[in-house]
Amino acid sequence: MNAPLTIEQLLPALDHSHLDWLEEEAIFILRETVAAFERPALLFSGGKDSCVVLRLAEKAFKSKGKDGEYKGRLPFPLLHVDTGHNFPEVIEFRDRRVAEMGERLVVGHLEDSIKRGTVRLSHPLESRNGHQTVALLEAIEEHRFDVLMGGARRDEEKARAKERIFSHRDSFGQWQPKEQRPELWTLFNTRIKPGEHMRAFPISNWTELDVWLYIARENIPLPSLYYKHERQVIRRKGLLVPLTEVTPPEAGETIETAEVRFRTVGDMTCTCPVESPATNATEIVAETLKVTVSERGATRMDDRTSDASMERRKKEGYF
Amino acid sequence: MSAVATPIKDHRALRFLTAGSVDDGKSTLIGRLLFDSRAILADQLDTLEKRAAGAPIDLSLLTDGLEAEREQGITIDVAYRYFATKQRKFIIADAPGHEQYTRNMVTAAAGSDAAVVLVDITKLDTHAIPLPLLPQTRRHALLAHLLRVPSIVFAVNKLDAVSDPAQAFEAVSTALREFAKQAGIEVAGIIPVSALRGDNVTQPLDATWYSGPSLLQLLESLPALQERKDGDLLIPVQYVSREGEGTGNQPRSLYGRVAHGRVKAGDTVQLFPSNQIATVAEVRLAGEVVDVVEAGQSAGVVLDRQLDVSRGDWIATPQTIHEAQRFSATLAWLDTEPAVVGRKYWVRHGNRWVQARIASIESRLDIHTLEAIEAHQLAVNEIGHVIIETQQPLPVESYESNRVGGSLIIVDPASNRTSGALLVKGAA
Repeated sequence: MNAPLTIEQLLPALDHSHLDWLEEEAIFILRETVAAFERPALLFSGGKDSCVVLRLAEKAFKSKGKDGEYKGRLPFPLLHVDTGHNFPEVIEFRDRRVAEMGERLVVGHLEDSIKRGTVRLSHPLESRNGHQTVALLEAIEEHRFDVLMGGARRDEEKARAKERIFSHRDSFGQWQPKEQRPELWTLFNTRIKPGEHMRAFPISNWTELDVWLYIARENIPLPSLYYKHERQVIRRKGLLVPLTEVTPPEAGETIETAEVRFRTVGDMTCTCPVESPATNATEIVAETLKVTVSERGATRMDDRTSDASMERRKKEGYF
Repeated sequence: MSAVATPIKDHRALRFLTAGSVDDGKSTLIGRLLFDSRAILADQLDTLEKRAAGAPIDLSLLTDGLEAEREQGITIDVAYRYFATKQRKFIIADAPGHEQYTRNMVTAAAGSDAAVVLVDITKLDTHAIPLPLLPQTRRHALLAHLLRVPSIVFAVNKLDAVSDPAQAFEAVSTALREFAKQAGIEVAGIIPVSALRGDNVTQPLDATWYSGPSLLQLLESLPALQERKDGDLLIPVQYVSREGEGTGNQPRSLYGRVAHGRVKAGDTVQLFPSNQIATVAEVRLAGEVVDVVEAGQSAGVVLDRQLDVSRGDWIATPQTIHEAQRFSATLAWLDTEPAVVGRKYWVRHGNRWVQARIASIESRLDIHTLEAIEAHQLAVNEIGHVIIETQQPLPVESYESNRVGGSLIIVDPASNRTSGALLVKGAA
């Protein structure tokens, strides 16, 4: 057994001050959002990026006590769109964190949209990832949110590389890539008309590595499935498909048990783990430094369908 | 840790923009930087290999993000890319170089630490004396200079495609230096590269006629934009929070990123526009009480007395704020609807929105030479000198002395589009 890795070994001065700078930018954007809008909400799924944004929000709006805990309440609720196909560990983590922090959580249920008839699945096991958009827009309308803060990053995907920090959505919740407002200096154009809303992305300039470095440095709690665990999986087209009630094996496929962790956590029907022995964030940093497949390429069935899948979903109002 | 690392004290990422016209090889250059620094991963490469179908992979495809762009084979919007070396982290703002160039370049240049201007050597007559540069090269460099991008680098590309690279590079370098001198541009470097082959992009060139740094080596050594930490203090108030529950007389924290100077407990400050004086009781950084907060960081300032302060106000060293309600500025017009003299627009200065109008358009800049031409109209992608009148006085500074106090955006009140960018010259 090797000696345990410490984050200091992996985090030379360069990365430390880079993380400080990213943190400053994110806190600046979070305060800008709260100051410039009437009814903000923070998207919180329990996923790692939203856990990072949540910690940044504590730093932006709370005071750190002598015990190291942040005191006070965030000046906005948290919002999650539950597809009904989320991993149970993640939902459990979400609810526990919200209770520990004493924050308010609003949940939009995709099931409700299905019942209302605003979402129609073509077959019962269809991926619900794309349909989240409907439930999200319905939650925005119901709670009259005028801005949603989220943990999307420009390094995730090519369409996101062109996303603004403040991204305008029309009254149908649609993103118009050709109509994006030029974003100059930090003079954000936060003006919207009634019925429209804005998305704000405080960690736009973070990479996957930055996120893991920050989680390790700040000791940010994450759902257990981000770290090594045993899971029943099916090998399919180079991906490890987790065995769940909504992702059953196809004819001729075999089920095996593997040591895995998730790099991203989304809808169960489209999120795959990777094989890994990493048991903490520091070990994941070490792995990420060596990684050869992009985050979405390794884990997302939905982005593999076409080179432009993300752009199409985003235009429809997806996060 | 290695002791030979280039001693850059400021480890902030270098934000640089790349400017070039269609066919200059800009996308290939960025693809090369990402590829050689291993910022491109196997699945992304896989997509490229599928497209190439046996031919050499096209690195330019890595940067053309939107479906609409891939259909047209052009880049229609500023895209941001990330890569890192052992020495430095980088953020590329990739500004496309076709008809919307001014809008995109101004966007990418605002806040950039450096600009890499691509020069396609195959489009130049390298035996002509004097050697005429392409209009876009002049334009890109002049725009970056206008936005006061601190370091301007020329990357002379496609050296693989000329028969005598030593002679050609020497001729182009001379022409670039001459042009920069005339325009008052301080050049951070002129680097010969072949983005296609990868020569001198990340790996130093093995040639007798060039002994300078590779493009990447030069970029690693460039400074990130520094806000002035000494001298007088200026903070635009971004957000005002009341600590704790209830509506009593709790201390309020005034949050804002320090534009210049530093702030600590005990400092005497003056508020704008109320002109009230107070003493700083406490300063915070990211939720913790600290001794001092410097330019570039977001401070939380608690004052020793209750004053009426809101978002959009300014905290400053007493007697240092000079307000103006009428000022001259350079205006880069970004909207397809032309600028209308006398019409009321919204402008944002610091964190304050006020109504304003363009009192007059004095001249338009020839985009190739930056010479002022008499004009009374400004259309999309045009830049001119204007006089602005605001409904309330603003503490404007010249853009050259301070970006935060010297920059504004103009927003169309009907469409909410960001229509223009203003760089303040001075009171008028």
